[in-house]
Amino acid sequence: MYAIVRPDGWNFPLLVHVAGAMLLVGALVVAVVVTASALRRGDDAPVLTRLAFRGLLLGVIPGYVVMRGGAEWIASEESVGDPAWVGIGYTTADGGLLLILIATGLAWRAARRSAGGASGSARAVMALSALLIVAYGVAIWAMTSKPA
Amino acid sequence: MSLYEWLLFLHVLAAFSLVAGLTAYGVLVLGGDAARRALAPPAMALWNVGGLGVLVLGIWLALEVDSYELWDGWIIAAFVLWLVASGAGGRLARMLREGGPDKARVQLAVMSLATLALLIDMVFKPGA
Repeated sequence: MYAIVRPDGWNFPLLVHVAGAMLLVGALVVAVVVTASALRRGDDAPVLTRLAFRGLLLGVIPGYVVMRGGAEWIASEESVGDPAWVGIGYTTADGGLLLILIATGLAWRAARRSAGGASGSARAVMALSALLIVAYGVAIWAMTSKPA
Repeated sequence: MSLYEWLLFLHVLAAFSLVAGLTAYGVLVLGGDAARRALAPPAMALWNVGGLGVLVLGIWLALEVDSYELWDGWIIAAFVLWLVASGAGGRLARMLREGGPDKARVQLAVMSLATLALLIDMVFKPGA
């Protein structure tokens, strides 16, 4: 079995893309965990819902920008065309942005209202973040196996 | 999917788990008690599962791919960086268990730098 060797010029854009994606997914995992904990632990709910909002705002959104910028950069270097794996990547990235923005808005709302315990908004944040993790799992599969 | 594609997918998935664990550790070390209570068990699980996954699947990939050898410089560098990151992760977990997070930020910084260096090593594969 032989691995595909990339030209050296593609490595840095790929590093930017992967590092952004890792920050994005890592911050999403944190958002899911702290929101789930906020729903379980009444006393900690205000702190944890604020933490989920900050995680989405300061971790997920910057991670998305770096990941998406890296994707455009490497796509321009590679001239990859339009195979299925590129389409899966763009679909999950662009559809994911909408969900990220909705989740961030709901997390802001949950953080403002969390004095009385975690709310329906917190449940929605957890569900959307979990859905995004699954979608990005599919994107990772597409990026690594590159289906035609 | 070929065996190579499966191994690469799972190897990269494990790397994402490792970084998710690192992110969770970062939030709990820099955050307060509530963050620590919520994030300590999942951070440790993600870090450990990811760390074991990248090592085992990475070795399997190196054995599977004809152009890679376990004694290639970039793969030996990856082993060293993995050991540095795992050692710091173990010390950080022990500090958090024993409630003495005074030097936790130092361990977190070591884990972060070693993980970043691992990622750079995996992408650039110097000498491959």
